Amino acid sequence: MNKVVSKEQFSANVTKLVVEAPLIAKSRRAGHFVIVRAGEKGERIPLTIADSDPKAGTITLVIQSVGDSTRKICALEPGECLHDVVGPLGQATHIEKYGTVLCAGGGVGTAPLLPIIRAMKEAGNRVISVLAGRTKDLIILEDEVRASSDETIIMTDDGSYGNKGVVTVGMEEVLKREHVDYCVTIGPAIMMKFCALLTKKYEVPTEASLNAIMVDGTGMCGACRVTVGGKTRFVCVEGPEFNAHEIDFDELMMRLKGAQ
Amino acid sequence: MEQNNMDPRNEQWRIDLRNSKSPKERTAIPRVEMPQLDPKYRITCNEEVNQGISAEQAVVEASRCLDCANPQCVTGCPVNINIPTFIKNIERGEFGQAAATLKMTSSLPAVCGRVCPQEKQCESRCIHTKMKHPAVAIGYLERFAADWQRDNLPQEVPAMDPANGIKVAVIGSGPSGLSFAGDMAKKGFSVTVFEALHEIGGVLKYGIPEFRLPNHIVDYEIEGLRKMGVEFVKDCLVGKTISYEDLHEMGFKGVFVGSGAGFPRFMNIPGENLNGIMSSNEYLTRINLMEAGRGGDTPVLRGKTIAVIGGGNTAMDSTRTALRMGTERVILIYRRSEEEMPARREEIGHAKEEGVEFMTLHNPIEYIGDDKGRVVAMRVQKMELGEPDASGRRSPVPVEGAIEEIPVDLVIVAVGVSPNQLVPRSIPGLDISKRNTIVVNEETMQSSVGDIYAGGDIVRGGATVILAMGDGRRAALNMAKELLG
Repeated sequence: MNKVVSKEQFSANVTKLVVEAPLIAKSRRAGHFVIVRAGEKGERIPLTIADSDPKAGTITLVIQSVGDSTRKICALEPGECLHDVVGPLGQATHIEKYGTVLCAGGGVGTAPLLPIIRAMKEAGNRVISVLAGRTKDLIILEDEVRASSDETIIMTDDGSYGNKGVVTVGMEEVLKREHVDYCVTIGPAIMMKFCALLTKKYEVPTEASLNAIMVDGTGMCGACRVTVGGKTRFVCVEGPEFNAHEIDFDELMMRLKGAQ
Repeated sequence: MEQNNMDPRNEQWRIDLRNSKSPKERTAIPRVEMPQLDPKYRITCNEEVNQGISAEQAVVEASRCLDCANPQCVTGCPVNINIPTFIKNIERGEFGQAAATLKMTSSLPAVCGRVCPQEKQCESRCIHTKMKHPAVAIGYLERFAADWQRDNLPQEVPAMDPANGIKVAVIGSGPSGLSFAGDMAKKGFSVTVFEALHEIGGVLKYGIPEFRLPNHIVDYEIEGLRKMGVEFVKDCLVGKTISYEDLHEMGFKGVFVGSGAGFPRFMNIPGENLNGIMSSNEYLTRINLMEAGRGGDTPVLRGKTIAVIGGGNTAMDSTRTALRMGTERVILIYRRSEEEMPARREEIGHAKEEGVEFMTLHNPIEYIGDDKGRVVAMRVQKMELGEPDASGRRSPVPVEGAIEEIPVDLVIVAVGVSPNQLVPRSIPGLDISKRNTIVVNEETMQSSVGDIYAGGDIVRGGATVILAMGDGRRAALNMAKELLG
C-alpha cells in the first residue's frame, strides 16, 4: 500500500499525485516508469515517473484519466492509498553531453519528459523545450520545465496560449534556426510519429518514450510489443525509449486502439 | 514420526500390513479412477476438474502398492519423497502420518499432487508397470493425503532447527523459491522472499488455471511458510527496486534466484503483432492473476473462434481457459502430431473432452487482419513428420503447397518461454548462458557469484513445478552447508 501524500488537478482529466514509495524514490532514474493498481481488483497501469524526492521517500505521477482504471487512480485523495506500486521499471534514459538537446512534450507527456530535461541540463547540455497541448489548460509543468531549460517554446492547437500550432511547428523553428544534436519526444503516439518524421528530415537522432499496453511490466506478457527497426521489441524491459526513426508508430497506434 | 535410525519399512505395523495381503491380491485391484466434473458443466465455471479421491478409494488404491524392498518410484521423484512410507500410512488409515511424510521432503504436496507429471516420474517406475499393469496412482494419493491434512488438521509448523540468525533472500515466489524458503526456514535461517508481482506464488498463480490448481491450495501452502517465519515482500523487483548490493547492505548472506522463465516466445511470422494475437502468458495472466471477466478491473479480449498455438501444458491450459470464457470454437494448432505433444496425457484428454478441436501437423505461417488491425484469419501450413530431431521427436516438415486459411478472431501463442533476463542481468559478474539461463553447478545450484544460488526455469529455461522445487531443495541444502560452515 502506498499513501497519496498530495494531489493537484492540472486540468479536468489530468491529475498529479505525490505518492509514498521510498525504495523507488531512491533507485529511479529519468525515463523509468512504475506500475500501479488502484485497488484490490485493480488493473496494472504503467505510469512514467515525473519526479521523485528520495529524502521524503515520494515519487510524483501525472495521470491522464482515459478509462475506468485511470479514473480510479485519479479519484484517490491525500491520505488514501494506491494498492500497489512497483518499479522503477524499464531502462533509464541514456544521458550524456550531446550539445544542444531539443525536448518535445505533448500533453501529459511533459510529465515524464521533465526528469529527462533536468538530467540533460545537469549533464551540461543546452536544452530547448517545446511544450504542446490542444489548449492552454493542457500545458502542464511549464514553470518546472522553464527552470531547467535554456529556452522554452509553448504551442497550443487553438492559440489560446503561446504560439498557435502543433508541436512540430515549434520544433521546426528551432531546427531551421540552429544545429540540434539530439532530440527526445514524449507524448501521444501520433505526435511522436510526426516529431520523428521531422527530426529525420533534419537528421537529428531522436528518442521517443512509448506508452504501450502492459500487464506485468517485467517482460512476462508481451502485450507491449512494438516493431523497432523491423524487429519486435518489448517496451517494458527494452524500452520505454527507442530510436524514434525506427519505431513503427502506425502499428503502435493500431495496438493502442485495438487492445480493449 | 519415524526415527531416522530405523528403516520405516521394518517397523512392525508395516511388516504386518505388508503380510496382510499377497502381492497377487494387490496387483489384482484395478487402479482408481479420478472423479471428475462433467465436461459440459465444468466449462461453465472455474471449479477444479479433478475432484480428488475419497478416503475409501485412497485406502484401496494404497493397498495396490507392493511396498517394494527397493522402491524405484522414489528415484523417479525429483524431491525423493518417501513414497512407500506415505502410501502405507494411507493404507493403514494414518492419513496425518502420510501427509507428514510428504512434508518431510516436499513443501508443496497439495500442489505437486495436482500438477506433477507423475506418469513420467514416480509412476513410470512403479513395479506394476513392469508387469504391464497401470501404476499405483501415486499422484492421486499424494493429493489425497495433502488435502486430507488441510481439511482435517490444524496447520502445523514442522520441526525446525533453532534460529541461527542468518538472513537469506529469495528472488521470486514460484515453486523453486517457495521450496527453497521452506527448507531454509526449517534449517533455522531467517528467510525473506521478494516478489515482483502483487501476488505470491509465481506461475502457480498467474499461469496454472484454477480449474487445475485452485488458488486457495497455493495460499494455504504460503500461509504454512509464513507460520514458519518466512517473510514475503510483494511489488519488489530485485535488480530494479532494490539491487543485489542493497541485499548485502540489508544483511543477507545468501541469495536464491528463482525468477522463472517468464519471457514469452513468439514465432516472428507476418502479422503476429496484430490485435487479437497474444502470448499465453498474457492471456492466462489477465484471467488467472488479474481475474479478467471474473470481477477484476483488467479487460481481456474475447473471440468466437480462438486458435491456440502449441502442444504443451500451457497450450492446453489456454484452450480450456478460452472455453471457460465462453468461446464458441477453440482450435489447438500444433506442428507435430499428438504423439509428440509435451503436454500431459491427462490435460490432452481433458481438453478433448471439453470440446477443443485438435489441428495437429499444422503450423501458422501468417496472420491476416482487418482494416482496424484485428486478426480475422490465419494461414496454416500442413506438415508431415520427418526424421527425429535433437529432442528425439520426429521433426515436422512442410508439405509443399498445402496451405489453408482459417478464420479466427483471437490467437494465443503458447510456443514456449525464455528465461526472464531482468534479474540475472542486474547482477554483476553472474555467468549467464547463451540461452539467457543462469549457469550453476548442477550439484550444488551455486552460480558463478559465490553467495548466489539459482534454480527452476531461470536455470532450466522451461521445465516443471517439481523440477523447480527439487532445485530449490538442493540449493537450500548446499547454501546451508556453506553458510553454517
